[in-house]
Amino acid sequence: MTDSTALLSPIVEPDAPEVRRKAETHRSGADLAFRGIARGAGFAVLAIMILVGGFLALRATDALKSAGWSFFTVQAWDPDAGPGNFGILSVLVGTMLIAGVAISIAIPLSIGTALYISEYAPRKLRSTLTAVIDLMAAVPSVIYGLWGFFFLQWQGIDLSKWLAKAFGGWLPFLSVEGDPNDPLATETMFTSSTFIVGIVVSLMITPIAASIMREVFSQTPMGEREGAYALGATRTGMVAMVVIPFGRGGIIGGLMLGLGRALGETIAVYMIISLVTKVQPHILENGGSSISALIASRYGDASGFGLSALMAAGLVLFLFTLIINFAAASIVSRSRSGAASDG
Amino acid sequence: MTMTEDAPVVDRSPAAEPAVEPATAVAVEPEPEVLRRTTGTPRTTILAGLGALIASLSVTSLLFTELTAMSGMLAFLCVAYVIFVGVYACLLSFDEDGPAIRDRIASVLVQSLAYLLFTALVFILVFTIVRGKEALVHPNLFTEDMTTATPLDPLEMGGILHAIVGTLIQISIALTITVPLGIAAAVYLSEIPGRMGRFVRTIVEAMTALPSIVAGLFIYSALIWTQLVPKSGLAAALAISVMMLPIVIRSADVVLRLVPGNLKEASYALGAGQWRTVWHVVLPTTRSGLTTAVILGTARGIGETSPVLLTAGYTLALNANPLNEPMVSLPLAVLNFVKSPQPTMIARGFAAGVTLLVLVMILFVIARLIGGKPAGQIGKRRAKRRAQASKRDFRRIEAQHRRAAAAADQFGADPAAVVAGTSDGAGR
Repeated sequence: MTDSTALLSPIVEPDAPEVRRKAETHRSGADLAFRGIARGAGFAVLAIMILVGGFLALRATDALKSAGWSFFTVQAWDPDAGPGNFGILSVLVGTMLIAGVAISIAIPLSIGTALYISEYAPRKLRSTLTAVIDLMAAVPSVIYGLWGFFFLQWQGIDLSKWLAKAFGGWLPFLSVEGDPNDPLATETMFTSSTFIVGIVVSLMITPIAASIMREVFSQTPMGEREGAYALGATRTGMVAMVVIPFGRGGIIGGLMLGLGRALGETIAVYMIISLVTKVQPHILENGGSSISALIASRYGDASGFGLSALMAAGLVLFLFTLIINFAAASIVSRSRSGAASDG
Repeated sequence: MTMTEDAPVVDRSPAAEPAVEPATAVAVEPEPEVLRRTTGTPRTTILAGLGALIASLSVTSLLFTELTAMSGMLAFLCVAYVIFVGVYACLLSFDEDGPAIRDRIASVLVQSLAYLLFTALVFILVFTIVRGKEALVHPNLFTEDMTTATPLDPLEMGGILHAIVGTLIQISIALTITVPLGIAAAVYLSEIPGRMGRFVRTIVEAMTALPSIVAGLFIYSALIWTQLVPKSGLAAALAISVMMLPIVIRSADVVLRLVPGNLKEASYALGAGQWRTVWHVVLPTTRSGLTTAVILGTARGIGETSPVLLTAGYTLALNANPLNEPMVSLPLAVLNFVKSPQPTMIARGFAAGVTLLVLVMILFVIARLIGGKPAGQIGKRRAKRRAQASKRDFRRIEAQHRRAAAAADQFGADPAAVVAGTSDGAGR
């Protein structure tokens, strides 16, 4: 004991007080240049993004200031006739209706498809189906628009007619003006409708949502799956008790990203819908509207003030998708989904 | 999986108990144990499915032709499907219990939803290709523009060369802007963390929500309406860039954050600076992921119609100059062709759509081939090149070693102190 202390003492108690080494970073010239360039790129991107957002907001204030609250309560769109003659009520409602139809079709379709790929499909098929879904998420919207315009619009008449006849009586939004039973009524009553556009947009956003959900479902910890099976669960029981609770964040996040896309979708809507600037609550009937379709069809002959009004409409759309995207991101990051498995 | 082991145990338990009395044991023994099948579909389920299918088709036909006034193919399928599920559950209840029936019904629902989606998606592709085939078989489609043909001319005249060239020029300009800027910004976000980086990341994430039409409207009112830039390929490319930049940065940022920390730390421990670490470790490690991010961004940019609609103008002529005069891209050509009532123009529109689809698919397949490799894995050819480079390094270090030894001989110093430990780690 004493030996060891005697041996240690000169080490523990140094003659001179210890000088702490300062941890300094010496960066070489190349490092400094690299940091400068990277920082420059970051700031450049920031500048571009703020420029876009700032410019939109700045130009939009012209119209917003002169229109005041009437911007949100007026249905018509005639900015050149002065304040009080233009507002986004009808287009905003139209946008919501299209997104609503799209998302209510996309919910069962995307969840079903994601579950099928990750749980039910034969193992050999899985990677192919995943590739198909990812590819469809990359297919340009103009292709979906073509299909909707030349095929669904006409073949979907039967479905619209049937829905109007069967449910139009007691569900007001499925009713149509005029008699759906009238055999002489013109067929175009059911074309170019919010419902048709909603179906097309739903097919566009389902692959996006399904792809995110599948990713999350496939990360379900194996231990928890096996635990459910060991307790005697059927496959459906296991999916309902383990996979879906685990993937809830992914389901909501995927659907909200899809919703964001549905709100902003332009070309398919612009191709199919016949734009009316009054609130059209009958989704099966010809005519509808969306903010993006309004911009696409009115930008060309807009005056300076008209452009400012369109900017204001675009800004409202942007804020909407922004809120939805951030909500989706925070839901996905807060949920357990994607957490490392301990099973 | 565990059920396979459980089932026989449960079956055997009554037999195991009376093992003391040989008589009962003998009576039970000869009955061969039937193993429960846990894979594949039981025959009863298949038969129930077939029965339900026949029943639903017949009942629905009866409803549609005799009993009610319903009509239409889609309505028929809807009604038939509902009846099928009902009858199927009913038939299964004869030889299955509650949870098993629920399991079967749920898998029927999930499978039919998936098949419905896949059918619809494949149908959309096939529909486009079939309608475009008529125009696609004429090779002049790819070698001529529309100045030589009026909408009434047959498909032997005119083509979409101008749109193909326009798409390629616009996407090239957009890529020259977005790839360096986007990847440098993503490197900034992941390598130089801090409050500023977090702010930039938030703004970039916010901008991914920017609807493409609003990006187009921005370029239109900031550059075209103020007459800084005419409606041209450049304006369209800028609009596409504004839309693509956040997408590329975001996906590149995700990839860069996946670089294993120990790789970077190893590099720093060997004395490399930040720049060398990024250039020799981070970027090579994430090469396949970054390429995929760029390619998927490109596929998105190529197919975008709405920003181009507002900024590119419309022309029938081939225009290879992005600075002046309108320039058409493929999606814009599709949109304008199918507006025409002439069947030949519509056929050309579909053909342009198929061309666009093929471009996107090629990009997608390339992305799948390159991507999919997690950070740190490298291909055969790159592994070979790496090995060669490391041999070169080894020779260089050996030469240095010899030089040092020679120098040591000359000045009488200890050679080991000069090149301590350099040669043993270098060969790896």
